This record gives sequence, C-alpha cells and structure tokens, in this order.
Amino acid sequence: MLTKLRTNPGVYDVVLINSARSQQAAGEDLLTPLDLANYSNASGLAPALRDNAYLKTDGKLYGVSWVWGMNALAIRDGMDKPESYAALAAPEYKNNVALFDDAVTMIGVGAFLSGQDMNDPKDLDAVAEKLKAMKPNVKLLWSSEDQWNKAFSAGEFDLSVYWSGAAVRSQRKFQLPLHFVVPKEGAIGWLDSLSIPATSQNQEAAAKFINYMIDPKFYVEWATKIGAPASANEKAMEELPADDLNRDIHKPEYIETMTLMAPLPDDRRTAFNNLWQEVKAFYAA
Amino acid sequence: MPPEASAAGLPATRRRMPSWLATAALLLPSYAWLTLAVLLPLAAMFAFSFLHATPLGNKPVVWTLEQYRAFYDQPYLLGVAWASLSIGLWTTGICAVVGFAAALALVRATAGRARETLLILVLLPFWTNGLVRVFSWTMVIREGGFLDVFVRWFWPSAPSLGFLYTTPAIVLGLVHGYLPYMVLTCYIALLSVDEAVIEAAQSLGARWWTVLFKILVPLAAPGLVTGAILIFVPVIGAFMEPRILGGRVGVTMGTVIEDQFTQAFNWPLGSALAFTMLAVVLAVFATFSGVLRRSATT
Repeated sequence: MLTKLRTNPGVYDVVLINSARSQQAAGEDLLTPLDLANYSNASGLAPALRDNAYLKTDGKLYGVSWVWGMNALAIRDGMDKPESYAALAAPEYKNNVALFDDAVTMIGVGAFLSGQDMNDPKDLDAVAEKLKAMKPNVKLLWSSEDQWNKAFSAGEFDLSVYWSGAAVRSQRKFQLPLHFVVPKEGAIGWLDSLSIPATSQNQEAAAKFINYMIDPKFYVEWATKIGAPASANEKAMEELPADDLNRDIHKPEYIETMTLMAPLPDDRRTAFNNLWQEVKAFYAA
Repeated sequence: MPPEASAAGLPATRRRMPSWLATAALLLPSYAWLTLAVLLPLAAMFAFSFLHATPLGNKPVVWTLEQYRAFYDQPYLLGVAWASLSIGLWTTGICAVVGFAAALALVRATAGRARETLLILVLLPFWTNGLVRVFSWTMVIREGGFLDVFVRWFWPSAPSLGFLYTTPAIVLGLVHGYLPYMVLTCYIALLSVDEAVIEAAQSLGARWWTVLFKILVPLAAPGLVTGAILIFVPVIGAFMEPRILGGRVGVTMGTVIEDQFTQAFNWPLGSALAFTMLAVVLAVFATFSGVLRRSATT
C-alpha cells in the first residue's frame, strides 16, 4: 500500500490504512491532513477511535477511523467464561487450547499476562515465560479462520485466542456454539482508517466518499445484508438490530479497554518474531 | 551395433558437427531454462541472505553476516533442525521400504495391462492437489474422524485412534505425498535386473531373503538412492504437511523459513536459514556419495 502510494502519485483518491501504518504514511508526506468538521457523519465516531494518537502526526489528523476489531478469547458455550488470559495456561484446559499463530498477537497476550505494555514489553523473558507456561494446554496453532472452524466443530479445543469478526462469522454462518470473551486485561485491537493521499486530484469527492463510508445508513445495509466488521461509528452500531451478533460482540465499552496495535520499529518486530518462533519450537519439542 | 561403427560407416563427404557443439546445442535449452528459473532466483536469495533487512521501501541496504549466526543466536533452531531431519529420515525410510516392495511386486508379479493400470494407480495421487490430500488426512485421523468411525463399527467402545497433531501424522502425510517417487525410481531400477541372475541364484539354492538382500536390493540401489534424494530433500523443507497435520508439534525448518517470508517479513533470515539447510544437505550427500562409490567399486 505504501509502495503503491509512493510510486503512483495522483492515482488514488482514498486509501484504507491500518492505524499502525498511518503515521508512517503521514511522515512521508503521502497524506492530506483532514478536518473532521467537513465530515457530517463523523459526529457519531467513538471518541477513542476518532481521536486516536496513531491517526495523528504532529498534532494533525490524517485518517478517519472506519472499522475496527479485536483479538481476544473464544470459549465453547456452556463453559465458564474466563476472566483473564491466564485461563490459557490454567490446568483445567489441559490439551484444550488453540492459539493464534501470530507473533504480535501472542507477544501481546504474554505482555498482558506479565503486566507490560503490549506494544513495547521491556522484559521479553517474562513474556516468553508466560507463553511457555501454556504448553501443556496448547493443542493447535491456527492460522486461518477455516482451520479454526474445522477444528472447533470437531471438538478439538474449547478455548482459543480468536478474532472478534471471525467469531461473528463462525456463529452466524456455521452455528458454532461459542462465546467471544474480552478478559479483564482488554482485547488486542486493530483499527482501519480512510485517508486522502496528498497527491489526490479530487480531494472534495474523496471527502464525500469517506463521509458516505462512515454513514450509519450505509453501514447498517452493509452489515445486515452482506456482513461487515464493526464500525467505528457508534451511531451506526446502535442502529443495528438489538440482537445483531456483530453489535453484541463489539460492545462500545471494549473500545475503552482494548489496546490498539502500535507501529512497531523493525528491530522490535524482529525480536517479537524470533521470540514467538522460539516459543513455538518449545511447544513442539 | 556400437556407435563408433555407425559413425565410421557414414560417407566421408558429409560434414559432421563437432561432438562438443552437438552436446552444447542439446544442453543449452535446459541449462538456459535452469539458469533463468532456478539459478538466478537462488542467487538473488543468496544475496538477500547477507542483508540486514528485507530490501523494500526506501530503507538503506545494509550488508551483514548476522543472519548466518541464527543457529548460534537462537539455539532452539538446532532442535527444530533435528526434528526436521528425523522427519526426513523417517519419511525416506518408510518410503524406501514400502516403495521398494511395491516396485518389486509390480515388476515380478504383474505384466501387460494389469501392470500399466497398477502403475497409473501409483501415479494417481500426483494428479490431485497436495493441499487437498493433506486436508483429507485431517478428516481421517482426527479424534472422531473416519478412522475412529471405521474402528467403532467393529468395536463400539474402542478408544480413539486419532493421531492428528503428532509427528507420525506429519510423516504419514509426507509418505503419502512422496511415495510415488520411490516406487517409480525402484521400478525402473528393478526392470533392468536380469531374470537369469535370479534364476541362477535360486538354482544354487538361495532362499527368497538371500535373493532379495544379496541381489535385488544391491542391483536396485541406484533407484533407491535416487528416490531417497528426491524425497529427503523436499521433505526436510516441507512446511504444508507439518503445519496442517502437526498442530502444536508441527514446527520444522520448513515452517520456520516460511514464517520468515510470510509472517515476519524477514527475507534475509529466511534465506540464510534455507542456505544453511542446503549446505547441510549437500554435506550429507557429499559424504554419502563417497561411501556409495567405494562400495560400488569393491
């Protein structure tokens, strides 16, 4: 995405950028600063997402928060909902846990459990220790939703690190008996935002399009007829039917407790990847 | 007729291409293709392995040897490498025994149409996508899968035989995938064994095991070695089977290297690990080929 912006000036009018990449793009002067006063639908945006620090560079806003989601836990119906990620290492889930095969997410869980900042844990050994303690429980490392659905419906595990959006789909499309649980440590969050490239030739039309994308009416139609991630627009979420799964899982209070994935410097990303690789080798040994 | 005789019989007026030119002309297309499709990408990867970070975007390019220290900096990789090698040895060993037996049966006990049909049945799995084959195994060997259902027909209270997410499951998937190579190489080697030699052995009182181990196996050794190389090399780099069938235990050099390319976006480390494995494999074969040549000459 960044490469496309760099090499094709003037081609794109609106770009979708993950909040963890927004500052990088803005720092390279690829984006136009935005004024939310020009976006009539922005009034409904959840403040924690709308004003998120990752969307700002030098005090200016470069992205309109659009959709978001969480990585937290999923548990089979009929079992006690875990209060903490510590359940992943609890003896009652022996050989009954699936983890997400993703370095950033799993280091995040380890950081939560050792009381550290998920985006910049200083004590990686403590993270490793928390993750390695899950070994007797770990049955499976999943990397795709399809793999998760198959293994869960075959009863291979009851507790798992899972995506909120996938939890909606697993229940809605496959009637899998699960609950999505956000433990007390909060979820690992992601946020996608819409930005206008600095080189766009149609800045006004771009702004109108973004305003349409965060319009509750459009969102409700998208979410109910096709299925969509959670909207950053609280009003849009409130207009979903009361029993809508998407609305039920993406409760507004979770936005307050979740930690968004931050932009990671290269050396930290490498350290995360190496640590997760080491933990996986420990699970396998 | 030996080739020299036919060459001598040609009319003297016809000019012949120098033999080196003919050889070069025949080799050129395949070597040009190999250069383009194998050597150049390999060279690019080799160059990557000396970089500090993946050369994309506007990051400065930094040359370093640090990637080759991975086994020293991350000693758990030695355990992973050993797991990969042992999976490779098990897979190759099982393929050798099963594949040799199948090839022997094809050569000695079948003929004509039946043999053709059976050969095609050996090749049949090759025509289906490898991913499909591996996913089918997950349905068979998971707890409560087809295997359990089948056993419980006869013994309703049978304990689960499901062994998905274990090392044997990985080996099973790999053997299924690579067995045809061994069957074919052994088949070709056994076809060339002269029937008279076996008859001679039997007439001198050799029992079946003597015939097998003193005659058939040594004479088919080139086929066994070729098959072993064809199987061992891709198996120690395999990542799909360990990932899908191995679950928690499915961490091999293949998956570690794949992770460096797909997840970690650390191409230099992935390349360095791949070339380290390549060096190990070449070293193994260099040792091995010396032993083989010696045993062939004595």
